[in-house]
Parts: sequence; C-alpha cells; structure tokens
Amino acid sequence: MNNSTVTTVLQFVALILIQVLVLNHINFFGNINPYLYILFILVFPIRNNRTLILLLSFLLGLGVDLFSDSGGVNAAACVTIAYIRPIILKFSFGMIYEHQTIKFDNTELSNRLIYFTIMTFIHHLILFSLEIFNISKLILILQKTLFSSIFTILLCLLISILFSKKRR
Amino acid sequence: MQQIINFVIRNKTFLLFLLLFGISFALTIQSHSFHRSKFINSANFLTGGIYKNANSIGQYFNLKEENKILIEENLKLKSLIYNVNETPSELIIDSSTYNQHFNFKSAIVYKNSYASANNYITINKGLKDGIKQDYGVITSKGIVGIIDHTSNNYATVLSVLNTKSRINAQLKKSNHIGSLKWNGNSTKLVQLTDVSKFAPVNIADTIVTGGQSTIFPKGIPIGIVEDFAIDISGDTYTIDIELFNDMTNLGHVYIIENTNAEEIKSLQNLVDE
Repeated sequence: MNNSTVTTVLQFVALILIQVLVLNHINFFGNINPYLYILFILVFPIRNNRTLILLLSFLLGLGVDLFSDSGGVNAAACVTIAYIRPIILKFSFGMIYEHQTIKFDNTELSNRLIYFTIMTFIHHLILFSLEIFNISKLILILQKTLFSSIFTILLCLLISILFSKKRR
Repeated sequence: MQQIINFVIRNKTFLLFLLLFGISFALTIQSHSFHRSKFINSANFLTGGIYKNANSIGQYFNLKEENKILIEENLKLKSLIYNVNETPSELIIDSSTYNQHFNFKSAIVYKNSYASANNYITINKGLKDGIKQDYGVITSKGIVGIIDHTSNNYATVLSVLNTKSRINAQLKKSNHIGSLKWNGNSTKLVQLTDVSKFAPVNIADTIVTGGQSTIFPKGIPIGIVEDFAIDISGDTYTIDIELFNDMTNLGHVYIIENTNAEEIKSLQNLVDE
C-alpha cells in the first residue's frame, strides 16, 4: 500500500459518491447530467498495466450502475473507453506517449482537451445508446450525447486543472 | 494446445475486455426486460444506506413544500367527512376495517430520478414493512409507479416515467380503458395508448387508473388530457396526458397493497389455462 494506491482508492470512492449523490441530480434543462466519474479512467496512471485499468473501470461503472438502477450501461461504456484508451492517447499526445514519459500535469491543454473530448464522446455515445436502446430514437441519443459531453468535458477540465500538481 | 495458450496470453487484454463488456451488456439486456434485473438495483444494504444518509440532510429543504401538500390533502379529506349527508348512526360499521381491499403504508423517497429513459425511485420501506413486488405507489395528487424490487429495508419503484412501465388507465367520465406508457421525452407528459376511437375524448378530460389490474384501485387520478391523435392504424387514440404529480419533486409517497391480488391472479391463471 504505497501512496499512489491510497490516492487511487480515494479517487475511486470519492468520484462514485460525487456522481451518484450530486451530479446525477443536476438535471440541467430537464435531463442533462455531467458524468464526472470517467475522470478516474481519463487520468489513471499510464504506466500501469491494462488488465488493472480494465477491471477497475468495470467496477467503477458497475458502482455507478448500482446506485442509478441502470443495469450495466455505465460499466459497458467504461470498459470500452478503458480498452481503447491507448489508441486515443497515441492519437492525441503523439510522440510523448510513445516514449511512455507522459504525465497529465505536464501536457499541453490543447492535447488534453482533444483526449478528453474523444474519450467523453465515445463513453457518452455508448452509455446513451445502451440506456435508450432504441434505434428509432437516434436523434435523442445524439442530442443527449452532445449536450452531456459538453458538460462533462468542461467539468473534467476544470477539476483536472484545479487538482493538477504542477507548480508554477 | 501450445498455440491456444499462446493466443490467450497474447490477447489477454482483448479477451478480458470482451468478458467484461459481455457481462455489462448482459446486465443491460436484463434490465430492459420487466422485473428481471435481479442483481443491479439500488434496493440493497449499501446503496440504500448511503441514500438514507444523504436524504437525512436533503429532506429539510423540502419541508415547506411537503407541509403545503399535507394541508391540501387534509382539507380535501375534511371536506369529504363533513359533507357526507348520512347521519353518523348509519355508519356503525367501521369502514376502516370492514371489507377492506386496500392497505396503505407511507414511505419516504430516498432517490428520485427522471433524467434517463428508465427511471427508478428508491424508498425507505422494504420486506420488513410488508412491501412486496407489484404494490402500487401514489402520492396525494396522483400515481407514481409500481414496486419493482425489495430488500429488507428498501425498495425500488418502477416510476411511471419509465419506458418499461405499463399501467391500466381509463377516462374518468366513461369506461374506455387504455395502457399508460411513457415515450421518454418530457417529465410532465405520459401517453395513454390503445384507447378505442369511440371514446369521447376531449382536451382537459381527467384520466384515472382503471382498476382492471390488481395493482391500483379504480379512480386514482393520473392527469388531464393535453393532446390526442388517432393512431396510424386508425382504430385507436394515443393521448398525451399531463400528470397531476410533479415527478421531479417527490417527498412522501403512499404504498397500496391489494389484499385480494393473490385471489384475483390465481383466478385469472385458471382462465388462462
């Protein structure tokens, strides 16, 4: 149990609780909620192995599902973005990622924005497709994905800047 | 054999992903079929306990609104009592115990959701208080939903704002029945489908529960007709109903137990066979 393990566990529990107790009840314009808890997958340390992050993101999603009575939609979306994370990382950070020296606190804001945007959009698309589960309501799915994504990305960026360890 | 093992080792991340995605997908499918999501629901010890603590803080903010609703309901009941014409001597049989079909219990809403397509409400009564699946849930204004899952201390309610919800309902002024569904668009509007086109529907008509199911007694208010249109098939109306209840603001609810439900169901099963 070193320091980073403790931080990770705290992050895990805190993000689930914030999500289910506060953010799920925002209901901006009727049905728009941010899904901040995916920040856990977004900023998970990169050097750790992929099996761990897959299992953790499954548990994270399942935890949120348990509270919001939604079957397994959050778990499915989380597992997917955890699996495709290396591809998106390579796409948005390029060479730095190849050398495995990347630290989120030291990256350019624009790169981080691209990374957050792609991950959030994929997560939300899967989440709402599975939740609504009706191809005839495609417009509703896309609409919810778009609005919730904007909300989530903004919140994720703010929180990640706020808690960044970088000293200026 | 060696090759198979090598394959598994080489693709272990992908296989793990497939496994986990498969599990979550199966849970999702299960949750889309009625009364089947056995494992993932918020009526358990952990989630119920956390919601209970959160609610003990949040409940104070609604006290004013709750008081107003209670006073309105009291007014209605008082006016019912004092406007009865019969003299009290004729009412010797205590109607609260004689030939009673429906038992009422009160509960507090711990978690209410209305933003997703399949909304559930978590309440603070469970098996210990005699709550079982398929009991009806109402407020003083109108219907809320049907009990879906119960644990010892908590229960989840399938809200009327759930695309899986089907409730028997009818027009107040005639006996034309229909099936109450939700299309997932607005928290204020639900849809009454399969109403015969001979039904005398007008805007602002009242819709009440039908009493043909064993869940709700007949005549519990649901809402008023906001708009109606004839189906593509041309035989039935689909009616948009504006709910009396503000589903986004629920505090205290009542649970209805139909003591005759078992008997009616077993009788209907006999007919089906």
